[in-house]
Amino acid sequence: MQIQPILAALRKHRLATMLIALEIALACAVLCNASSMIADRLSAMRIQSGVDEAALATVQLTGYTPAQAADVDARAITALRSVPGVQSATLVNSIPFGMRRGTAGITTDAAGQHFGGVIEFYVGGPGSLQALGAQIIAGRAPQADDFHAFTGLMPETASIQITQALAEHLWPGANPLGKEIWLDKWHFRVVGVLKDLVRPDPQGWTAEQREWSVFVPAAPGPYLTGSYLLRADPKDLPRVMRDALLAVGKAVPEVVIDREDSHTLPDLRHEVFRQDRSMAGLLIGVIVALLGVTAFGIVGLASFWVAQRRKQIGIRRALGATRADILHYFQTENFLIVTFGIVLGIILAIGINLALMKFFEVPRLPLWYLPVGVIVLWALGQLAVLVPALRASNVPPVVATRSV
Amino acid sequence: MFGYYLDLALRSLKRNRLLTVLMVLAIAIGIGASMTTLTVMHLLSGDPLPGKSANIFYPQVDASPKGFTKGGPLDVLDYRSAVDLWGAHRADRQALIANSDVKVRAPGTNLPPLMLHMLATTSDFFPMFKVPFEYGSAWTPSDDADRARVAVISSDLNDKLFGGKDSLGKTLRLKDSDVRIVGVLARWRPSPLFYDVRGGRFANGDTGDFYRRSEDVFTPFQSGLEINAGNFWQFTCWHMPDNPGHLKNAPCVWVALWVELDSAAKATDYRTFIASYAEQQKVLGRFTQTETRMMNLMQWLDYNHVLPRDVKLQTWLAFAFLAICLFNTVGLLLAKFLRRAGEIGVRRALGASRRAVFAQCLTEAGLVGFIGGVGGWVLTLVGLWLVRRQQPPYSDLVHMDVSMFFVTFVLAVAVSLLAGALPALRASRIAPALQLKTL
Repeated sequence: MQIQPILAALRKHRLATMLIALEIALACAVLCNASSMIADRLSAMRIQSGVDEAALATVQLTGYTPAQAADVDARAITALRSVPGVQSATLVNSIPFGMRRGTAGITTDAAGQHFGGVIEFYVGGPGSLQALGAQIIAGRAPQADDFHAFTGLMPETASIQITQALAEHLWPGANPLGKEIWLDKWHFRVVGVLKDLVRPDPQGWTAEQREWSVFVPAAPGPYLTGSYLLRADPKDLPRVMRDALLAVGKAVPEVVIDREDSHTLPDLRHEVFRQDRSMAGLLIGVIVALLGVTAFGIVGLASFWVAQRRKQIGIRRALGATRADILHYFQTENFLIVTFGIVLGIILAIGINLALMKFFEVPRLPLWYLPVGVIVLWALGQLAVLVPALRASNVPPVVATRSV
Repeated sequence: MFGYYLDLALRSLKRNRLLTVLMVLAIAIGIGASMTTLTVMHLLSGDPLPGKSANIFYPQVDASPKGFTKGGPLDVLDYRSAVDLWGAHRADRQALIANSDVKVRAPGTNLPPLMLHMLATTSDFFPMFKVPFEYGSAWTPSDDADRARVAVISSDLNDKLFGGKDSLGKTLRLKDSDVRIVGVLARWRPSPLFYDVRGGRFANGDTGDFYRRSEDVFTPFQSGLEINAGNFWQFTCWHMPDNPGHLKNAPCVWVALWVELDSAAKATDYRTFIASYAEQQKVLGRFTQTETRMMNLMQWLDYNHVLPRDVKLQTWLAFAFLAICLFNTVGLLLAKFLRRAGEIGVRRALGASRRAVFAQCLTEAGLVGFIGGVGGWVLTLVGLWLVRRQQPPYSDLVHMDVSMFFVTFVLAVAVSLLAGALPALRASRIAPALQLKTL
């Protein structure tokens, strides 16, 4: 295929060529950045919680005083355990993807000099860590005598389980077992390492920080109350949840069931990522519409060029050009324009990404998105130009003899 | 002449339906996307107290130990400073606010107990923020001083508990205390819930919650603190409080103060006043730092980046998309006009000026824009419906108002005229002789 004559023709249609190229450039920039943002949102949504979400649900009670806690918990837990299908009902302050009650900054020394980051304290009663299903990969699980009564936020001292992500952050490369963390007057010793245990609110944190959690064993009492974790067969879970709410409503009619926060964990997870899901959906919608509009633009202009050059095409055909020659002419022309647009588009994509990183804390655009975007746009251009190009190749040579 | 051009434009649009449909669709989709996001932006970024926000200020002092914060005083005040500043009565109006959740029961109804947001505040809150009343009125300053057991409730709560009827004088049980209803608010939906805005810098752009509804129960400040003791939320603490929720003497910040200062001179005076307060507290040994700050309402909202990051991102995205649609339309209009080169050549040969040809082409572009605007308006309504379906905290605010309705058409026509200008210029430059030769 000879490129020289195509370039000569394009030079005569500089304005239209520039328009298509600019459109492609913008499309390329938006496509690459939007895809990267979609991937970012989807990866946030796919986070491993480290707990058996499908088997878990929570019931949250409020509206009573610490003095009433023992009585309310006793009645509520009895009612929950009597619901058919409930395998366990335990107490834990924070719920993955749900209520957040133990977020605080820690230090790795008693004097409070070495800040270790803001982490989540899951303060749970006996059986709650097993109920969560968090996997212990080193050290030990809490034992019966680890659960101490307390007032305020949590026990002043305890033997805790820590996630491996947090351990690696606090003591890179070292064995975390036996290490200690401090928070004001509180002081904890690590006795076990958890594979994963996500924060209640992972979407507000960086990928590294999303699993900075510890499990603090504590005895239920005035300050560990009303936040129940239910475990049931995943198939039964929705029914168990409904029955549990009814049972609790009957057992403790004087307190308030926090219905907004009492859900199964799959429902809570769905809710937590609502915003990410809608943003990803919107971005996908924009990409589809964008590719559509760009394709229509190419179809429109290519059709116009074909119509404008009918006579020239006829002459070429009469002089011996085959249909394939004509087809390839328009395909090559489109390829050249799109390539020109893509070169501009890649520069624009990187520039926009830098601006987004600065103002919107969007992650860096992975470079392999660029070649993928390029291929998508080349394919789109070729697809869009196919119909007008075929129409051009069908121009009969006899056109050349008319109205010269 | 315009009527004639309009007629010509209509004929031309009918002649090549495919091209027309493509152009109208491109404009409609671009306008629909950008107007949806623009409408959400417009609803979320307005002034919540028009005409008054410049006189509403947010004084800040800092009781935290040195090194606890960076970049100015903490977002809210400790109890002691807040009450001291309020008690000095140096402003035209002043309101303390503290937030908590309270258990609410209405004796005489069989509704289960509710957990609702409660605002403990002082009587100036209502006139200062122009809060509308359906029934009754705010409590009096003497109720503040006497710690009276009275409350003002939202229209939502009045609907829920009393079917929207006049409930003045009825009793409400807040936690374990009975309060008398002295006022019922009319529908009041500030956007954002400006007086509760704080900590926006730490929200990572996820600030949708600033647009939630206002509280359902309002009580005098000290009454609320007594009634709902143990349930107050701290903003932050420099030591963990021994007794969570009981914050009066805790090393925590949790009370906000808003003041109204009706002139610039008064604002200057108030700045001096809080600076001298901080100095005095440092001398007394209670403060370790004397930094103070006082922003007005809009500055404070700005400082807290109230507009959700995703909303801003969507707006940029929509306008990038509109730009693509614009390029697209330029290309298609160019094709359309130049295809009629022969016709234009004849018009020019018969005496039409370049300007006349230009005007004719622009009329056609404008008509495309107008039709695209109608489509864009419909798509905007669909877009807003989709936004509401995502149930952000501000979903009940999302609607198209009159100004945005007009903006839709102005934007659509402006975009199409912009898109049409270059092709129209090209068309008006067509040399008549060359075209006539090929006819």
